[in-house]
Amino acid sequence: MKNNKIFYLVVILIIAIFLVLLLGLKEEKNYTPQSELKKLNDSISLKDLYSGKNIFLNDLLLNNEFNLINIWASWCAPCKVEHPYLINLNDKFDINLIGINYKDNLDNSKKFLSDLGNPYDEVLVDNDGTKSIELGAIGVPETYLINSNKKIIKKFIGPLDQEDYDNIINLIKK
Amino acid sequence: MINQIGAYSLYICLFASAYLIFKSYISSKNFDKKIDQTFFATLSVQLFMTILSFFTLVFAFVFSDFSNITVFNNSHSLKPLFYKISGTWGNHEGSLLLWLLVLTLFLFIFFVTSKKMSLRYRILTILFQEIIILGFLLFILFTSNPFLNIFPIPDEGLGLNPILQDPALAIHPPLLYVGYVGTSIIFSASLAALITKTVDNVWASHIKNWILISWIFLSVGILLGSIWAYYELGWGGFWFWDPVENVSLMPWFCLTALLHSIIVLKNRNVFHSWTVILSITTFSLSMSGTFLVRSGILNSIHTFANDPSRGVFILTFLLFLVLLAVIIFFFNQKNFPDTNQRSFLVSRETGILINNWFMMFFLSVVLIGTAYPIFLEVINDAKISVGPPFYHKLIVPFLIPFLFFMALGPNIKWIKDKIKKQNISQIIIFILCFVISFLIVLKTNTNYLFSTLLFTFSFYLFFSVINSFKKKNSYLSQKVSHLGFSIFMLSILFNGILSKENSANMKVGDEINFYNKKLIFENVKVESDSNFKKLIGEFKLKDNEKIIHFRPEIRVYSQPETITSEADISSTLFSDNFLVFSLIKNDGFFNVRYQHKPLMIWIWISVLLMSLGGVLSFFKLYEK
Repeated sequence: MKNNKIFYLVVILIIAIFLVLLLGLKEEKNYTPQSELKKLNDSISLKDLYSGKNIFLNDLLLNNEFNLINIWASWCAPCKVEHPYLINLNDKFDINLIGINYKDNLDNSKKFLSDLGNPYDEVLVDNDGTKSIELGAIGVPETYLINSNKKIIKKFIGPLDQEDYDNIINLIKK
Repeated sequence: MINQIGAYSLYICLFASAYLIFKSYISSKNFDKKIDQTFFATLSVQLFMTILSFFTLVFAFVFSDFSNITVFNNSHSLKPLFYKISGTWGNHEGSLLLWLLVLTLFLFIFFVTSKKMSLRYRILTILFQEIIILGFLLFILFTSNPFLNIFPIPDEGLGLNPILQDPALAIHPPLLYVGYVGTSIIFSASLAALITKTVDNVWASHIKNWILISWIFLSVGILLGSIWAYYELGWGGFWFWDPVENVSLMPWFCLTALLHSIIVLKNRNVFHSWTVILSITTFSLSMSGTFLVRSGILNSIHTFANDPSRGVFILTFLLFLVLLAVIIFFFNQKNFPDTNQRSFLVSRETGILINNWFMMFFLSVVLIGTAYPIFLEVINDAKISVGPPFYHKLIVPFLIPFLFFMALGPNIKWIKDKIKKQNISQIIIFILCFVISFLIVLKTNTNYLFSTLLFTFSFYLFFSVINSFKKKNSYLSQKVSHLGFSIFMLSILFNGILSKENSANMKVGDEINFYNKKLIFENVKVESDSNFKKLIGEFKLKDNEKIIHFRPEIRVYSQPETITSEADISSTLFSDNFLVFSLIKNDGFFNVRYQHKPLMIWIWISVLLMSLGGVLSFFKLYEK
């Protein structure tokens, strides 16, 4: 009798896990944080890729235009896919684009930028990935759109595609 | 032409698999002795067809047959032969074919080597294993067929990512797969044993070999992946708690627990249901690993392609297998022999049970860290990320008691033992370990309490194992593996507190000084290799009269065009000196990064020692 209960419990648990993972597959990779809550952590400081100087992320965010933080790595194939969109964005629009280089080899990342073009206004280095985690990243690539009040208004998880690109432009123009 | 051979042999496999499922289901209830030959013949045909199909793909890669879409996407005619071959499994489709090859090969070996066991048990194992094989065949043929044609035939392929062109990485996937797939045999065999009521000490000594094979290959496979990350990615570490790394670590914890509990089952005929639960869990974790990596639910270096339909297939298949296992388990629970073996609190059994608890704890931590973010995202739409600090905080403190029990456990007798009241020599060793550790930690600025305790217990385990080599009370394989683990812990600890790093921009002729060392940049040369050009830097490091020469490289690959930096690492038994340099925008300066990593090589050696223990046990060397 007791075993029967355990049996049904286990079966229900397994099916529940299955459903959650199934939903996870279909999960939209964009999301809008509740605007009240998502103020950027202003104590995060990172090293500049080229000069090696420590810089507070907060100091780089501009008050008069939109800021876009992009977390990337040279070893990450999807980052190569989204790279043209970033180059386009910085070319055509007034946007402050900050790159955070995630768990990467410095040489490879410099090479990545000199080969594919450097879309960033500033590139910061996150050697062990901890700073990106503080920002709320779960992997690479991730992109955060931040408004002039330094609030995150949109998060893009995974590589940017045409839809995300249009989405960003719409939000900037508003 | 060659694509057709590969694809048709897979279809023949599919028929063989369906036939075997049907035949084994029928004959599991009612069979005559001759059925043995039918199974042998069908399994041979299936194995042959899988080998044929796999080598067809290897052949297409070796001769750069770009009419095959898998070859076109992942190879290039200028690639060295070795990497053309390893390119076969360096992509999603090919790696699944390798999975299938190992699955059928293992079933065949199982069938041939299990003649001593009952025929019904063997037939049922074939039934479950063929269900898994059928699932993989359907997955390959309908979502990831490696033998698709491309027309018009391209002249040249797209190439393999140069960072994957590395000897360690070429053999990392096959070894890992052997480990993963080995767990499928354990899964099928434990379900078969459940139904035939033969989960006992005889079964335990038979299945132990399969557990050992899986464990050895999984350990070495993880090790190679880790070595590759250290050399090639230049992250300066060997483990990053990346979700995909975790996915291989979870079955390893489970398999390690199983390896210990099976010893109890073998020697004492207890822990029946626990061993079966572990067998089922181990395989489910291996399959979940495949799901997480191949579905694109995680963003990671290992993610080949994001294709939700693949994810849905693997997930459904996984659900089916797990439910099947759970149903069989609950309906056959009464079948466990009631052996009524008594054990006391202070006994080897308890020691091994403690090991299992710790393994389950480590497993839960890694499982939660990996899976919880996915769950939270679905249920609550919140995103969290879990990084190294989470794992370190939850795992490191528990290593202290773990190390202590590991030092004590193997010296306790089976069934019942007494706690010896005052063992002066043990206490002296322990105090000595503590003093040494304290002196080591004092020189660094780390967390005194944790570091001292960790060092103390690691040293204590080390000396206990060394001491136990003199006694003849337990197996050599166990001592070698435990010695390996203590060295592993010590090298990680030393490496963690004594590593140093320096990075500077230099041009030819520059000299810099740091940590009482002098680094001189002497020269740069240009050379050509078969499919890349390279810049070789020549550096000299003077360290208290000792001179080390470094020749790191910057490689420029043509297909696809990529630049990689090859670090030059001078390894000695005591430390690794790691130097890597890279171009800065066209002004003659190079960025030069130097790292000093003590005892790095011992991390690799210690894991090999652990695996060696497994090998010794497999061949029953030096055992009574």
